[in-house]
Amino acid sequence: MKLHELTIDQASRLLKNKEIGSVELTRAVLDRIEAVDGKIGAFLTVDADGAMAQAEAADHRLAKGDTVPLTGIPLGIKDLICTQGLRTTCGSKILENFIPPYDATVISRLKKAGAVIVGKLNMDEFAMGSTTEHSGFQTTRNPWNLDRIPGGSSGGSAAAVAADMCLGALGSDTGGSIRQPASHCGVVGIKPTYGRVSRFGLVAFASSLDQIGPLGKTVADCAIILDAIAGHDPKDSTSVPEPVPTFAAIADDGLADVVVGIPKAYSAAQGLDPQVGAAVDRAVKTIESLGARCIDVPLPHTDHAVAAYYVIAPSEASSNLARYDGVKYGFRDKSQADLLQMYRSTRSQGFGPEVQRRIILGTYALSAGYYDAYYGKASQIRTLIKNDFQSAFASCDAIVSPVAPTPAYPIGKTLDDPLTMYLSDIYTLSANLAGIPGISVPCGFSDDGLPIGLQIMGRHFNEPMLFKIARQFEKASNVKEKRPSL
Amino acid sequence: MKISQKEVLHVAQLARLDIAEGDVDRLADQIGTILDYVDTLNQVDTTGVPATSHAITLTNAFREDQAQDHLDPQDSLANAPEKEDGAFVVPKIL
Repeated sequence: MKLHELTIDQASRLLKNKEIGSVELTRAVLDRIEAVDGKIGAFLTVDADGAMAQAEAADHRLAKGDTVPLTGIPLGIKDLICTQGLRTTCGSKILENFIPPYDATVISRLKKAGAVIVGKLNMDEFAMGSTTEHSGFQTTRNPWNLDRIPGGSSGGSAAAVAADMCLGALGSDTGGSIRQPASHCGVVGIKPTYGRVSRFGLVAFASSLDQIGPLGKTVADCAIILDAIAGHDPKDSTSVPEPVPTFAAIADDGLADVVVGIPKAYSAAQGLDPQVGAAVDRAVKTIESLGARCIDVPLPHTDHAVAAYYVIAPSEASSNLARYDGVKYGFRDKSQADLLQMYRSTRSQGFGPEVQRRIILGTYALSAGYYDAYYGKASQIRTLIKNDFQSAFASCDAIVSPVAPTPAYPIGKTLDDPLTMYLSDIYTLSANLAGIPGISVPCGFSDDGLPIGLQIMGRHFNEPMLFKIARQFEKASNVKEKRPSL
Repeated sequence: MKISQKEVLHVAQLARLDIAEGDVDRLADQIGTILDYVDTLNQVDTTGVPATSHAITLTNAFREDQAQDHLDPQDSLANAPEKEDGAFVVPKIL
């Protein structure tokens, strides 16, 4: 096996036993990026020199035996997580030259663990999109079929992991932005419980929904990364002071005591591709064969989740993105002599069409006379959706569903049809509204060879249950045997 | 149409965005389609339902008011499009 094809778990053992070094491993990953990223377009910035220096430092630590599972492991970072001294664009022209003066808490924690950061990954601008076509810089292609979207908004992260251009990656998930690209690219991705991971240094989109999480080649790799980044942070007052278990110690005690809920409302949802439906049905049978008991759960307000989300998320975004005013950082239209006109001109040139659309939508929903009808109403629906999950989890330990209604669709298909793109988030965004964790794990392929993912959602702070079911399923299915040919 | 061109321009002004004349129609149309869809929320009776602004219930996170390390002012200004004497420079306001 080639070095760049290793999982984190495998590489970590080889590093610890001094069978390979981080310099050698990182070199292999950088060579892989050089060889295939011209076709994929996953990276916005490759920090080859920085990565090699970090790899050397990791090798010194490894030589002394001062290691944790991520020491010396090359990772990619979605380009909306601040990295000190390393350009962080958020996929936007307005931040094209932004060099953060500090590290996000997740980055400090990865550095403390001795991980090697190889570069920054493409995304839909400000994480607004489900295709990565809405990047201000480039379109990322799906490694399984270069004419298809990789999903989004963490499309660069998912594509880079799938194409072996890093051993794992960080993404962020506001309405499915980790889980959906993981599903489309045939990798594993988890959105942790809201508050599980610090958002300090994460460029904000919708603050009550955003959460950072890992993407990896296996369930175990995601657990290893989550171990390094999870936990309370005084710098993020919404991070939760809950005890953090060791996620990588995934329970291997079978699924005999596990009750899995199947949401009827999801299979009835419009637009579910029969091949996705069939793959998920087969996955449910596999999970049952491992001993779990499956029951129907209602989730009666599912039909209203997309509408509620597309009021709440743009509303929060319109407020968060007010900070891009051409004064403190980022692009400024210097030709304007008047302050107000400078603001308007800077923002209109700096933001792309999807971001402007959402700012207008959110500003409208929050404006005088409309606040109660839109934001107020959507926040009440959010309570009902949260209550739906609470009732469901009274009788089951996890809920299993599709991740996306279809496999990855052709690039360009929804570019001028935002509502259709929004509707494809139907299965994922409820988890963000309710703050619960969700994982996407590969469960099959379409007839034309595109990956299909299975979503498993759980109670607040019960990521260990998701890892356990996902790991057992991963072992029982042979989906991971295939790789994209590049 | 759900949202008029005039309303789009008003909201754009609130959001400090310039919308090119040729784009107003298309934007009103797209926002209108989304708002029509959002109106399906009115099918749900939410009388007496409290609003949720955060999914995880947290009360205020207090801490002692202690001096801590902070960014050097030069670092804080490093990304400024225009700066002078340790301050951000903006076009004239009055």
